[in-house]
Amino acid sequence: MPMAKHRRLFESVVQLLVRLCGYSAVLFVGVIFLFLLQEGLPALVQVPPASLLGPRWYPIESMYGLLPLLLGSFVVTIGAAIFSIPFGIATAVFIAEVAPRWMRELLKPFVEILAGLPSVVLGFLGFLVLAPLIRTWLNLPTGLTALTGSILLAAMALPTIVSVAEDALDAVPKSYRDGALALGATKWQTIWRVTLPSARSGVLTAVMLGLGRAIGETMAVMMVTGNAAQMRWDALFFPARTMTATIAAEMGEVASGSTHYHVLFLVAIILFLISFLVNIIASSMLFRAKKRAERMLS
Amino acid sequence: MRIPRALAQRIAFALLTAIMAVTVLAILTIITYIFWNGLPALSGEFLFSMPKDGMREGGIWPAIVGTLYLTIGTALIAVPIGLMAAIYLSEYAPDSTFTRAIRIAIVNLAGIPSVVYGLFGMALFVLFLSLGSSIIAACLTLAIMTLPVIISTAEEALRAVPQSFRVVSISMGGTRWQTIQRIVLPQALPGILTGVILGLERAAGETAPILFTGASFFLPHLPQSVFDETMALPYHLFVISTQVPGMPVRIQYGTALVLLIFVLAMNLIATLIRSYYRRRRQW
Repeated sequence: MPMAKHRRLFESVVQLLVRLCGYSAVLFVGVIFLFLLQEGLPALVQVPPASLLGPRWYPIESMYGLLPLLLGSFVVTIGAAIFSIPFGIATAVFIAEVAPRWMRELLKPFVEILAGLPSVVLGFLGFLVLAPLIRTWLNLPTGLTALTGSILLAAMALPTIVSVAEDALDAVPKSYRDGALALGATKWQTIWRVTLPSARSGVLTAVMLGLGRAIGETMAVMMVTGNAAQMRWDALFFPARTMTATIAAEMGEVASGSTHYHVLFLVAIILFLISFLVNIIASSMLFRAKKRAERMLS
Repeated sequence: MRIPRALAQRIAFALLTAIMAVTVLAILTIITYIFWNGLPALSGEFLFSMPKDGMREGGIWPAIVGTLYLTIGTALIAVPIGLMAAIYLSEYAPDSTFTRAIRIAIVNLAGIPSVVYGLFGMALFVLFLSLGSSIIAACLTLAIMTLPVIISTAEEALRAVPQSFRVVSISMGGTRWQTIQRIVLPQALPGILTGVILGLERAAGETAPILFTGASFFLPHLPQSVFDETMALPYHLFVISTQVPGMPVRIQYGTALVLLIFVLAMNLIATLIRSYYRRRRQW
């Protein structure tokens, strides 16, 4: 019957297509990494390692010390962690455990709005409104500091932390809470001693993913941190230059194939590896937590 | 001295409520502040005319059109691939090590910083494939960035369709693809749409990936083909708020507001689709 044959052929063509698309994610990650390597590794040959580990980033004088950039990203991310971890976890606990159902349905999409705000809009407000405030409040010479960037990054990390942590709290079996309440614990004791500890790994994953987001953020950070590559112990209150902002600010002006060009790709490799590590650890933690939950419930 | 537990609970809940209130107020403040300062700038001329006098006068029409082009182009590339990949993962993929590798790859794609996408897009599409800095190169870059969002939300929507629907279709003599096409996909459509819109919302607001792949500082005319550069709202906002001296604040806020309305509208549509169909769902 030619009709059925036609049908079978069509079916297998579609299946092949679907399969190829399914594999595409692996292909893309591979191609991205390959291209970064191809453009970034020459930097290791062209710039002596001692110079790469040096304390000065001064591409005009061929000084490519990556330390201030790493420090810049680190300081801004730590700052973001200080603000976003307590806020994120508290918000997640409120939404998952305290808020009545109708409020939950309102709050969840509301926090998601924050995730959808373009980083350039936050950067714009940070530049125009937040930076002058910080300058006058803290009496600093400039408001374009690592701290200003941290606050914006915290806002951007928040929705990720809230939604992942909230999922983790939601996944804690109701019987745990019932057990604690039946033993006479208050609602807060149940949250603090039972629900939160049970959701520990999910909450940790939430924090990691949120901060992973923060370290890769570009535009807002570039607009408000002042972009001065310097190393000092009180870096949070002074201008900083992150890895992402360095790439975004300088790539437009370098000749492709120059040493500077290759070093910027090297920075991109570092960023890629950081996000790769964060995500591998986070997803394996979630995977293990799921396995454990299955064991305990069976 | 131990704090009485009833008091402890009251303090803790008050603290949680306060933090939640701060978060909500912060989001509301950001949005109303931009609306408040941006609304006076909005006018037909601002929206629909070309920039004049080094962008200090006139409108932002080319940036609006550019963002529309980029969003639509990204959708045309990312939606078919993402949807097929989601179908593969939910309907075909065996429970194997390789499938786990695919999932890890998707998670990693989602985590790669946007500026790294920009560099990659420049290296592959602009330079290696010689597409030049163009709409097509920018769309390809944005599409790969959007892909993980589309795949994971679409897969979730497909998986939520009860297994019994598939079993019935197969037992009636439907083939696997017929089952997917006529039974599973229509049921999962609202969830898929939500994911697609949220993914595109992110693409529309991004600046870093298009910095080196297709965004133009200023164009005196609209792009003529997909191989032209284009202006775009996020990049335009970045340019006029940091790179152009003596820029009137009114135009900056106006541009920020238009971009905000663009993404908020997408967000609202996604939320409405989700809640509407969740209420109507029979299973």
